[in-house]
Amino acid sequence: MKRHLNNITALVFSLASGLIFGIGLILAGMANPAKVLAFLDLAGAWDPSLALVMGGAIAIGLVAFTIAKKRHQSYLGLTIQLPTNRVIDKRLILGGLVFGIGWGLVGICPAPAFVLLGIGSMKGVIFVITMVIGMGVYELLENCKKSDSK
Amino acid sequence: MLIDWNNFTPWTALAGGALIGLASALFVLFNGRIAGITGILGGLLRPKLRDIGWRVAFIIGLTGAPFIWQLFAPLPAIQIDASNTLLALAGLIVGISTRYGSGCTSGHGVCGISRLSPRSIFATLAFMATGFITVYVVRHLMGA
Repeated sequence: MKRHLNNITALVFSLASGLIFGIGLILAGMANPAKVLAFLDLAGAWDPSLALVMGGAIAIGLVAFTIAKKRHQSYLGLTIQLPTNRVIDKRLILGGLVFGIGWGLVGICPAPAFVLLGIGSMKGVIFVITMVIGMGVYELLENCKKSDSK
Repeated sequence: MLIDWNNFTPWTALAGGALIGLASALFVLFNGRIAGITGILGGLLRPKLRDIGWRVAFIIGLTGAPFIWQLFAPLPAIQIDASNTLLALAGLIVGISTRYGSGCTSGHGVCGISRLSPRSIFATLAFMATGFITVYVVRHLMGA
């Protein structure tokens, strides 16, 4: 019974977290690709706003994750799952470098893409669909690699 | 360096950032998970039954944000200049690379740096660097 309640409550917190995250993106200007590109355009008329978005988010995040690291269970009694991998490898860096190219081409990263989808922007729809296809391609390649090595 | 003071919005940027931080804080402290969109979405492509609900709920919340916003205020200007072809290309690149590199702006940039994770700090430096370079090449070398 307790676990069931936990699950429903967890879903509500999940929904609320996504909602607050999205509202934050809209307020911050991150949901506007033109503003994101203005931040990335150091040699043009530079709009430094997004540095403050990161600053504001990390200021709150630092407190939360300091608490989270000391706990094993969340306030809902769920296991806190933090990444344990500490290896800085080729995948991490190459993935990051290539992601930056995609981000710099259009000014959209995964979270704001969903806000654009919610707005009903056709361009947002195109980005989300192709992004999901891209993630699907990754899964296929990973599965091929796994079955090759077996 | 020329700062565009007319479009510089420090207060909404800080407040919006704080909300993003708050959302990530709630998510890790109550759900015990990292609010990284790449991981949340990517996990749906190798679905585990118990895991589907919270992932979908987070994405519904994110996608529903503009609806809730519009109950209180008109949406701010959204401008996408990229062509549909370029958007599709960028979408593919972002989809593959974020999964390959285990995260994006939210998972590495916000949550990872907040955790003081060296991996996420390096990943963030990597995508910020190529983000700056790409815009420089597109706008100032190719003149688009």
